[in-house]
Amino acid sequence: MTRPTVNLNHDAEGISILVSGELLTQTLSSIEAAFTSFTPTGNKVVVDLSDVQAMDTSGAWLVADLTRRVQKAGGEIDLHGASPAYSDLIATVSKSIPDDPVTEIHHRSFGDWVESVGKRTAGGWKDTLSMLDFLGLTLHRLGRTLLNPRRLRRAALVSQMEEVGFKAIPIVALMGFLIGVVLAFQGATQLKQFGAEIFVVELISISVLRELGILLTAIIVAGRSGSAFTASIGSMKVQEEIDAMRTLGLDPIEVLVIPRVVALLIMLPILGFISDISALIGGGLMSWIDLDVSPGMFATRLKENTGIWQFAIGMIKAPFFALVIGVIACWQALQVKGSAQSVGQRTTSSVVQSIFMVIALDALFSIFFSVMGV
Amino acid sequence: MDGTVLQKTTQADTQREAVIRVRNLTNQFGPQVVHQHLDLDVWRGEVLGIVGGSGTGKSVLLRTIVGLNKPTAGSIEVLGVDVLNGPEQERRRIEQRWGVAFQDGALFSSLTVLQNVIAPLREHTGMSESLMCALGSLKISLVGLPQLSCGKFPSELSGGMRKRAALARALAMDPEIVFLDEPTAGLDPIGAAAYDDLIGELQNALGLTVFMVTHDLDSLYAICDRIAVLAEKRVLVEGPIEEMTKVDHPWVQEYFTGPRARAAQEKGQSR
Repeated sequence: MTRPTVNLNHDAEGISILVSGELLTQTLSSIEAAFTSFTPTGNKVVVDLSDVQAMDTSGAWLVADLTRRVQKAGGEIDLHGASPAYSDLIATVSKSIPDDPVTEIHHRSFGDWVESVGKRTAGGWKDTLSMLDFLGLTLHRLGRTLLNPRRLRRAALVSQMEEVGFKAIPIVALMGFLIGVVLAFQGATQLKQFGAEIFVVELISISVLRELGILLTAIIVAGRSGSAFTASIGSMKVQEEIDAMRTLGLDPIEVLVIPRVVALLIMLPILGFISDISALIGGGLMSWIDLDVSPGMFATRLKENTGIWQFAIGMIKAPFFALVIGVIACWQALQVKGSAQSVGQRTTSSVVQSIFMVIALDALFSIFFSVMGV
Repeated sequence: MDGTVLQKTTQADTQREAVIRVRNLTNQFGPQVVHQHLDLDVWRGEVLGIVGGSGTGKSVLLRTIVGLNKPTAGSIEVLGVDVLNGPEQERRRIEQRWGVAFQDGALFSSLTVLQNVIAPLREHTGMSESLMCALGSLKISLVGLPQLSCGKFPSELSGGMRKRAALARALAMDPEIVFLDEPTAGLDPIGAAAYDDLIGELQNALGLTVFMVTHDLDSLYAICDRIAVLAEKRVLVEGPIEEMTKVDHPWVQEYFTGPRARAAQEKGQSR
């Protein structure tokens, strides 16, 4: 490719511009400045195009734009030596140049940022209301499904149970095991100082069964399945699949949301239980290795000193966490608007919000159960 | 079936320059053979219409030529470059010399129309932003969209406008070859006719080569110089539309002599 060149000559009659080389999109940047910096004064301008070897619409635009500016300044312009094909192209392009072309892309300014912060703040309340509305709607559909179980889409439910539950077992079990190991290890160092090694059993069992097992499982599930719900339903929203469902008389809540929420309601307690057991195994193993608490002793002490309520409190929380994760993920998905970027933003919000809500709810439960004295 | 292939090896053929040369192409997905020993030439400056029944691999052919689908066997040359096995650098350069407008636009949903159109300019040229915007506005106006649509997002456009915006993006780098996948599908007849005129006009003004997958008989009559019919896993016949009616093949006969074809033909002649 020959780079185009521009030569300007001022003479008695006016200005002559000699353009040569290839005026193509790929090469245009080298002569752009020469053209745009040229300010017509009303004198006659002669543009010599006889040495132009190639021209496309971009090249034609430069010439057409120059022509327009010269004529606007009241000058005369003569396009000299252009081949008929180039003349035609320049004519086509100048016909199509918009009267009010967009000259710059709107970049986000500080003002826009402030505006968006304000909008988000003001919109927060509306979002909360909308989410509560959606929670009510989901509970209503859930109740209707319970009264008439035939409405439940069993195939979807089973496949969701596999996705959110069965496939999460390895990661949840591993996480539980490691939590047990860490608690035993850290507890041992502290308890050894008082010669109270045996209390490591209570340390592990109460903290895991009551709080950590189910809380950490819920956080993993929120990250794993909450994001998947938002992304998949959100993409369906972008593709207008949700609208298609409505026109076919299918209720998106019943078809998409209920199987997912019910799958979470069934699987989260099971996953929580698995993580509880794995944590006890991990903690027991570590106590055996590090503190010489034999598995038999661990089991006996667990049975005698840790009440069933410790376990029950953990399990009671599971369905609430499941509902929070499912409702937030599906609500966020239905807020997706038109673009792929929006799916990403909503998926992020979904995970952040559901993890936050799970922790906040856990704190509320903690206060509630202490007040109740269990 | 060889008797049905129109052999048009005239003197003109030797002067024409093939910008796309497909040889012995085979595409197979699992047990399903889509193309087998498919040969096709596209000449510089022509508008080639690809027709064929559903599932005959029209879009697959387009995707294979532009490198989105790796064929099982065969060779493809575009503008003299082997796009399948040629050097990486040459293939990259070729990609700047063609433009593709997908069936549903495939515009970037998080960018405005103008940003979509200038995306390739930003990537491949060192222009200033104001020049890119000016050229982007020009392309948008060339395809017949109002300047107002520059700042809109694809989700805010109608289907027809999205198709036009996709064409504007395909034309951004002033390509030599434009691939269009069902450009007029889903447009109203007036919009479709305007789109046909637009393609014809651009093709004349810019000297484009157009490779168009279409089912629109009106388009075929109005702007296509040549038609290639895909059937039986290959290009069954190719030639100007007038010759299609003479082809002795049931599908081709039904396609080009059916009531819709006759109506389109009359319309095409009255233009």
